[in-house]
Amino acid sequence: MMRIIHTGAALLATAMLLAGCERPPVDTVQRGYRGTGMDQVYNPRTLAAQAPSNAMPVDTPMVPPGGPAAATTFKNVKVVGDLGVGEFTRLMVSMTAWVAPDQGCTYCHKAGEDFSSDSLYTKVVARRMLQMTRHINTDWKTHVAETGVTCYTCHRGKNVPDNVWFTPPVDTHAAGMVGSHAGQNSPAPSVAFASLPYDPFTPFLDTPVVSPNEIRVIGATPLATGNRRSVKQTEFTYGLMMHMSKSLGVNCTYCHNTRSFAEWDTSTPQRATAWYGIRMARDLNTAYLDPLAGTFPANRLGPTGDVPKLNCATCHQGAFKPMYGASLLKTHPELAGVRASVAAPADAASAAPAAPAEVSATDAVLLFAVGSPALSDEASKQLEPLIVALKANPAAKITVSGYHSASGTLAQNQELAKQRAFAVRDAVKAAGIAEDRVVLEKPQQAEANLSGEDPKARRVELAVK
Amino acid sequence: MAEYQNIFTRVQAYAPAYAGIPLATGNKEREGPPIHVHWIGKLGDAQIGPIYLGWLGLASAICMFICIEIIGLNMLASVNWNPIQFVRQLPWLGLEPPPPSMGLKLFPPLNQGGWWLMAGFFMTSSVLLWWVRMYRRARALGMGTHIAWAFAAAIWLMLVLGFIRPLLMGSWGEAVPFGIFPHLDWTAAFSIRYGNLFYNPFHMLSIAFLYGATLLFAMHGATILAVSRFGGEREIEQIVDRGTASERAALFWRWTMGFNATMESIHRWSWWFAVLCPLVGGIGILLTGTVVDNWYLWAVKHHVAPVYPAVFAPVIDPATLQGVKP
Repeated sequence: MMRIIHTGAALLATAMLLAGCERPPVDTVQRGYRGTGMDQVYNPRTLAAQAPSNAMPVDTPMVPPGGPAAATTFKNVKVVGDLGVGEFTRLMVSMTAWVAPDQGCTYCHKAGEDFSSDSLYTKVVARRMLQMTRHINTDWKTHVAETGVTCYTCHRGKNVPDNVWFTPPVDTHAAGMVGSHAGQNSPAPSVAFASLPYDPFTPFLDTPVVSPNEIRVIGATPLATGNRRSVKQTEFTYGLMMHMSKSLGVNCTYCHNTRSFAEWDTSTPQRATAWYGIRMARDLNTAYLDPLAGTFPANRLGPTGDVPKLNCATCHQGAFKPMYGASLLKTHPELAGVRASVAAPADAASAAPAAPAEVSATDAVLLFAVGSPALSDEASKQLEPLIVALKANPAAKITVSGYHSASGTLAQNQELAKQRAFAVRDAVKAAGIAEDRVVLEKPQQAEANLSGEDPKARRVELAVK
Repeated sequence: MAEYQNIFTRVQAYAPAYAGIPLATGNKEREGPPIHVHWIGKLGDAQIGPIYLGWLGLASAICMFICIEIIGLNMLASVNWNPIQFVRQLPWLGLEPPPPSMGLKLFPPLNQGGWWLMAGFFMTSSVLLWWVRMYRRARALGMGTHIAWAFAAAIWLMLVLGFIRPLLMGSWGEAVPFGIFPHLDWTAAFSIRYGNLFYNPFHMLSIAFLYGATLLFAMHGATILAVSRFGGEREIEQIVDRGTASERAALFWRWTMGFNATMESIHRWSWWFAVLCPLVGGIGILLTGTVVDNWYLWAVKHHVAPVYPAVFAPVIDPATLQGVKP
């Protein structure tokens, strides 16, 4: 009997100790050199729970441009007046579905008044947000690439995006004699429930640039040479990084090397994208959101009377790319300030058959279809001048390097890049070139932040030397 | 078999209380009538008392009480004196040192590190007084002072972290906060700030001694328990008079790994491993920030950190690029 009680107590204690843990199994994905701990850890159950909120919304079909411009047809159209009436109306319908599906047009346009009236604050804010969206899509391609953003990226069908932040009120104890939080030591979701400073956003994401490197605390020299950044300051940077990690659902090693957080040459390409992301959030908060303080009604403001602001979670919502990298901008080019060219959509697709291949006698770039290692007819044709060059110069060798995009799993992509290189090698051999004249290089990843749709990432580069 | 694998003492001998050895003149006698507690006997000796507190012990206990009160009441105040929130949030709650802007100011505002300095002062006083007490009690019993010196190694690490290094860095803000998660987050931030502490050779040594000490303790503890059916727990006697238990324990290790410690040397090994862990760790902390600013770069410079093949296309720091948006 005692034994049963003891065993029961031991089991209960173990269960309590493990209560804060995620249950196995979790998936790990290696994405660096073996043995260096460059792994991404994913909980498949968390991912599954997240997937619905990151799904693409149903979109209305694109309309042909043309017709009278919205600015001349309607009154008080200040941002998207260059659109045709059809495009303009589609955009308004889409915005309603993205931001105010329950309230409809009257969320921004007061019922009973002319559509041109600016009497509702929501319309004034929406106009500014349209400008912000265009600004992001044209000036921050360093972060959003060609995937871009739309209203839906943040709003996801809600009036106010789920993940906005406010500057927390001043700690009431700080002014007194006892019990100061010192801006930390509180179970704060903003820093993933660490006891780190709970507002790393105000100093890092809502301050006009103070010093370009204020987030960087780690010294650049082996020995102490005057870097006075304190451990407390490090905790602010650490807090911001915890927020980024949680917002994107990734580990530190998504951007950083396990051995050194500071070194850029051993970091992953995603770190540069994130670097621009921090600057983008800072730009948007200070230039677009803060100035709306007088526009928002009091019930939309935070505890210190500040406007709702954005951070990484506002767009990413737990995914490494918002909506896993799917682009709604493709069918809404007007949000990038670009006029759609949908006059003949069928033509557009067939007019871009294999992207133009850069052919010369000594090098070539062969493009491949998604997920396929098969050599297209177009690529075979591109090979011919190189075969000729190889036959003309028996001492020359041909170097074959397979590239793959940055999206998807690394192992799979590397295998694909290898198979593509093999396909090219086999084609060269079949043309009568000895195998020892073909030099295969190891698979390489294409440049940072290429979206999965970029056909140029799926390539094999050839060079005759 | 299971008889010898129990985590509690299974057999307790009931005997009259042991009064202890007579002390030299000038020593205060131990106080209070001894009592026997069966449940305490499950863990250790069933006899509690007589107790010798003395002035040093009393002063130490008072200092520790003040320290814990300062920390605890500050934590309680930070959750608006709500005892339920105090319990729920306890792991997160803390007491922070003064902000770095105050440097080494001796009397910062109470709520901006003043309480921390006071708590630190009383904690240090308490620990140092307890150390003197340990030393003097060992001497009074005619013992060696090994325990006091082992404790001193731990005190060294504590003083480096909370006092000596902040002094050298010129800022109390460099010291460790009080609190469960706060001090853990501080530790991680400390490693991040100084470019990965795992490349600090003294940290490496400290880890080796830490794991080494646990390994030695596991081997020794297991050996003694394994021969307890032959009276192996009477190991002190067997140091001078090897009995069958000691012989078997020695033979076991000589058979399995070709070499064995003696009943005496195993304790010396363990003592040094345990003492060197905080000793070298303290040296590593002391050098961090004062001499070395980035341990990873230090390790690269001295060819400690290996070079791995590049997996990603080279990434360039955008801050160094021309014409980049800030």
